[in-house]
Amino acid sequence: MCHTAHAVFPAHRLEVEGLVAERGERLLIRRLDLTLESGSLLQVAGRNGAGKTSLLRMLCGLSRPLEGRICWDGVPLHQREDGPTAHLAYLGHANALKDELSAEENLHIHSALQGSRPEQEAIRAALGRMGLVGHEDLPVKCLSQGQKRRVALARLLLVRRPLWVLDEPFAALDVQIIDVLRSALEAHLAANGMIVLTTHQAVPITGRQHTLTLGKAP
Amino acid sequence: MTGLLTAVMTLLRRDLILALRRRQDALVVLGFFVVVVSLFPLGVGPDPQLLRSMAPGVLWVSALLATMLSLERLFADDFRDGSLEQILLAPQPLSLLVVSKILAHWLVTGLPLVLASPLLGMQLGLNGTEILTLMGALLLGTPILSLVGAIGAALTLGLRGGGVLISLLILPLYVPALVLGAGALDAVMYGSSAQAHLSLLASLLIVTLLLAPWAIAAALRIMLD
Repeated sequence: MCHTAHAVFPAHRLEVEGLVAERGERLLIRRLDLTLESGSLLQVAGRNGAGKTSLLRMLCGLSRPLEGRICWDGVPLHQREDGPTAHLAYLGHANALKDELSAEENLHIHSALQGSRPEQEAIRAALGRMGLVGHEDLPVKCLSQGQKRRVALARLLLVRRPLWVLDEPFAALDVQIIDVLRSALEAHLAANGMIVLTTHQAVPITGRQHTLTLGKAP
Repeated sequence: MTGLLTAVMTLLRRDLILALRRRQDALVVLGFFVVVVSLFPLGVGPDPQLLRSMAPGVLWVSALLATMLSLERLFADDFRDGSLEQILLAPQPLSLLVVSKILAHWLVTGLPLVLASPLLGMQLGLNGTEILTLMGALLLGTPILSLVGAIGAALTLGLRGGGVLISLLILPLYVPALVLGAGALDAVMYGSSAQAHLSLLASLLIVTLLLAPWAIAAALRIMLD
């Protein structure tokens, strides 16, 4: 296993204060407080419809909570100078890949959009680590569901952000790639990164971790 | 600053590459424009004088309708595959990224209309100066159609029957461009100068270029919330 980047992130803090969220008329999250330190992982659990994805989207600043605030290093997301999202990488349900473009083109476009300009070798290395050697030049529509997910995951390795927000990262992956992803997550934690993820499978990850269960009866 | 430029150029290149690999989208718009304009002589009869006097309106209304056809997909594809979320998460100003998407849309759908218009103008019996005026007006007007249309496309994102809704929302907003664009051609046909119309059209383009990107960015944030 090759771990290329060993630079360590400086210490950061993610704080959620008094978060209230609703969907339609229904109160989804009532008064959630949490703090996440560098080098730790937060696993968001809960049944379907408990608001896991909604919470993740709020942490990314994609949607705004009804009440409460989300701070990165003590500054609310929407007041940050470098934009609300410059510190995070988000992997949603959708892979955000363009079917007509190759895996390599997709990654290149993504990193340019996110403000970094990686060399071709870095892109190929990230794809290689996800077990996609020989698939770099194929249009993404020719890849299987699991392979598309791996391309999406390769984005995380490419754009260096201290906070990873991952929605069901293990879905549709085969056992061998689950191992690769797990080691990538562990390497990110070891580099003082932060991870928030939702998953239905219990995947053992070494490192500091917390579990937050949404939708429990009060 | 270079990061912003890279992001804007990358998004523009991406949309152009995607348009090249899915050529039918752009061809449908151009084909629609050509077919609709060509239907008029068949419908109203081949009287050259009548066709000439109808030409400004026919050409502009056809251009509006052809543009409408392409609007629904402006953001819908990116919305469906999750790319739009990633664009929103980019650390660059959304309104500028939106401009590069609209520029790509104009290059793929608006510019072909401008380039095809001389042929259709000749078909309707316009002469050289009139055709030049028509092209000038379309060159100023079609970017307005893309910019204003993008507001509608953003506001109807993810809604059922979005295409029809865009038309209802946006066609009334196209009236100023239609009046000024067709008016420019009319003025030349009746022997006066088109300068006033073209200047107004250009100022309308500038105002739209300044305001529409903010509106579109705000609409996208709301629709993705």
